[in-house]
Amino acid sequence: MWNFIHRLASPPHFYRIAPRIVPWLAVPGLLLIGYGCYAGLFVAPPDYQQGDAFRIIYVHVPAAYLSMMTYMIMAVSAAIGLIWRIKLSHAVAAAAAPLGAWFTFLALATGSIWGRPMWGTWWEWGDPRLTSELIMLFVYFGYMALRAAIDDTVKADKASAVLALVGAVNVPIIHYSVYWWTSLHQGETVMKGKMDTDMLVPLLINILGFTLVFGALLLRRVRAEVLFRERRTRWVRDMVLSAAGRGT
Amino acid sequence: MSAFTMGSYGGYVWSCFAMAAVVLIICDWRARVRQRQVYRDIEVRIKALGPDNAPGEGQ
Repeated sequence: MWNFIHRLASPPHFYRIAPRIVPWLAVPGLLLIGYGCYAGLFVAPPDYQQGDAFRIIYVHVPAAYLSMMTYMIMAVSAAIGLIWRIKLSHAVAAAAAPLGAWFTFLALATGSIWGRPMWGTWWEWGDPRLTSELIMLFVYFGYMALRAAIDDTVKADKASAVLALVGAVNVPIIHYSVYWWTSLHQGETVMKGKMDTDMLVPLLINILGFTLVFGALLLRRVRAEVLFRERRTRWVRDMVLSAAGRGT
Repeated sequence: MSAFTMGSYGGYVWSCFAMAAVVLIICDWRARVRQRQVYRDIEVRIKALGPDNAPGEGQ
């Protein structure tokens, strides 16, 4: 097991193996999302209070879950990179940030669209869940801006890793905000068995589907990041020359 | 028809699903573009320096 992890952490090995894993994540992921969306839109019964507007949860919940999970991946990878100086860890953290920002944006946008008919407003500044999620989007932006501002990759890795770790304090705040403070946002419903099975199953399918597709997207981004970081190494030069030789 | 109007919430519901699709497509497209861009830069660099002169560190 350790041998496998150690080999996977090697940039050339990761670069070669990643494209083989991507289809195994992307294809089932897209199929699950397709079925989950179909069942969520057309099979699940309307909510007795929210009517059909509740169907927004089938994209809102996976996006919100991924926004937090991506941050944890970024923070843990950054910590591993800082402590054990594993090159691939910093590449994972750097590649995860834009994905996390996109999923956070999606969670905020879909939540806002749902809030308009349900709460009567697009946005509520006093709500702790909304505000803490927005702060996370700004932390993602800050992380990416900091990386872009430092030319030296090693220095950028260290500085951005510290920021990622500091920002991680926001993740439990987002999760528990609905319990700690008065919030318009509803409390936990998925894990507490408060949802009818006909509504819950498509949601769980979509969460799994989005997670698999996210895994495929992350692998692709990490692969590009590895190539960029290793652009001056011999293995990259040999690989490019070998591919050019095959092409002629 | 009611599946599309969603009891007057159709605009809200469908825009959310469309936005999710767009975000997934953008994420995939950005990853492809980045990969192609980095790879092309490396090719150009190797061509400019010549395959024997392009420095290769480690590994």
